Amino acid sequence: MTFSIPRRRLLTGSAASLAALGLSGCDDVAQNSNVQSVLEMAERLTMRGQRLLVSKDTLAREFSEPDISPVFKPNGSTAPDSEDYARMMETGFADWRLKIDGLVERPVVLSLTDLKRLPSRTQITRHDCVEGWSAIGKWTGTPLGPLLQSAGLKPGARYVVFHCADELEQTMDGSGTYYESIDLIDAFHPQTILAYEMNGKDLEVAHGAPLRLRVERHLGYKHAKYLMRIEITHSFAGLWGGKGGFWEDRGYEWYAGI
Amino acid sequence: MATLDNHSDAPPERIFIRRHSLVTRITHWINVLCLSLLLMSGLQIFNAHPSLYWGQYGADADPSWLSIGTVEQDGGTRGVLTVGDVQLNTTGFLGLSGVGDGATERGFPAWATIPSYQDLATGRRWHFFFAWLFVINGSLYALYGFVRGHFHRDLAPTAEQLTPRHLGREIADHARLRFPKGEEARHYNALQKLAYLIVIFVLLPLMLATGLTMSPGIDAGYPFLLDLFGGRQSARSIHFICAWSIVAFVIIHVSMVILSGLWNNMRSMITGRYAIETERGEP
Repeated sequence: MTFSIPRRRLLTGSAASLAALGLSGCDDVAQNSNVQSVLEMAERLTMRGQRLLVSKDTLAREFSEPDISPVFKPNGSTAPDSEDYARMMETGFADWRLKIDGLVERPVVLSLTDLKRLPSRTQITRHDCVEGWSAIGKWTGTPLGPLLQSAGLKPGARYVVFHCADELEQTMDGSGTYYESIDLIDAFHPQTILAYEMNGKDLEVAHGAPLRLRVERHLGYKHAKYLMRIEITHSFAGLWGGKGGFWEDRGYEWYAGI
Repeated sequence: MATLDNHSDAPPERIFIRRHSLVTRITHWINVLCLSLLLMSGLQIFNAHPSLYWGQYGADADPSWLSIGTVEQDGGTRGVLTVGDVQLNTTGFLGLSGVGDGATERGFPAWATIPSYQDLATGRRWHFFFAWLFVINGSLYALYGFVRGHFHRDLAPTAEQLTPRHLGREIADHARLRFPKGEEARHYNALQKLAYLIVIFVLLPLMLATGLTMSPGIDAGYPFLLDLFGGRQSARSIHFICAWSIVAFVIIHVSMVILSGLWNNMRSMITGRYAIETERGEP
């Protein structure tokens, strides 16, 4: 029993440090940048794990009409606060145009009518907010993959960046403008569509009129609303906060499959 | 050698046995760390939407079976926990916590979450990091448990232990806080074995499986998870219930550790050595 005293001291010490960790110490640890970068390793592990375990074309579950949520909760921006947007809204988005540019052979400009003339896909899927709630809705839109194929991707194209009309955070430099990015695996997934219809009607303003992204298998913040421009890039490091999206710049994971 | 006449007077002999293997001890403490941080970061995540539902979907407009929030009453704000039709005033703990001007509307209070302030992104980072560590640690323990016979040897109850008579006696002994001594203390008792088996093979795997069911990516690849748990929102509810079941287990577990000999138990889970008292002359 000669070891009992140091052991006891060790125990008391561990208990005390555990208690300290349980109190305000946690916030200091949480804010430490070294700790952050260690914790971020898990995100890469999650992405690699999911890409390994779920093949690239596996579809998210599609539901049937009776499964649709009676009320689909609008989230994030529910009405972009800009004169340009207000003007487009007044004319039923007749003069709204979607630009597809960046690392493409043939930049494209499309009106809503052009998009609706292209082959469409309708899917009833579950929308999962990062906050924890879910809603099921029916979406109709133009599959993104064939659109990108017709524009022709240049070598070096790796990401598809979605620039939006809404400023979710009002800032002087515009860094509060919503944007998102996905890689080519998700861009060419059969359920990745540019949706202009929800539950059989034109997309409402609260849900991203005239056009929003549906990238099933990802959380809600990836599904950018109020699309204005799709840019094909090699990297998103030079855009706004450099993390690939509005919420990513504010600490959320770029890989939103979890 | 003990003789017949001094047998009853002899003081009990204290011998040390090796109770926990190195693998059990290391994985136990890593698990303590993981589960504590997973709980606290999990409560942070819960606070982002402090309502639970059954089924495939669920949001503000849908009926929740549990929610934490606030109500305005008598000119003041009260924190409330609503479970089904029952509403409890939980001001100071759930819904509304903090003192004076610092009182904030939040599900679980600041002292229970990581970080203490509302920050879903950081809560998620911590949660997923320690979820990975928990899975790796748990897999090593499970591999060791099966391959080296730990589960079979130490945790599987014997047929005799499972008889109603034996179980009844153990329950009575536990209620009187009479713990096994001597030879009996060499092995786990039946209630202990059953509790550990339920945690290791039911609650912890359920935490992992329901956690994965909340991932839209995993749901695409393994939609049977949605059928198994009855939808993503059901999985979220089961995740929450299992988390608190584990908290309940930990409270009982730690109480038993303290009541049945804190230092002896702690030493055995740190160094492996566990003291048992045997009658002199016994092996």
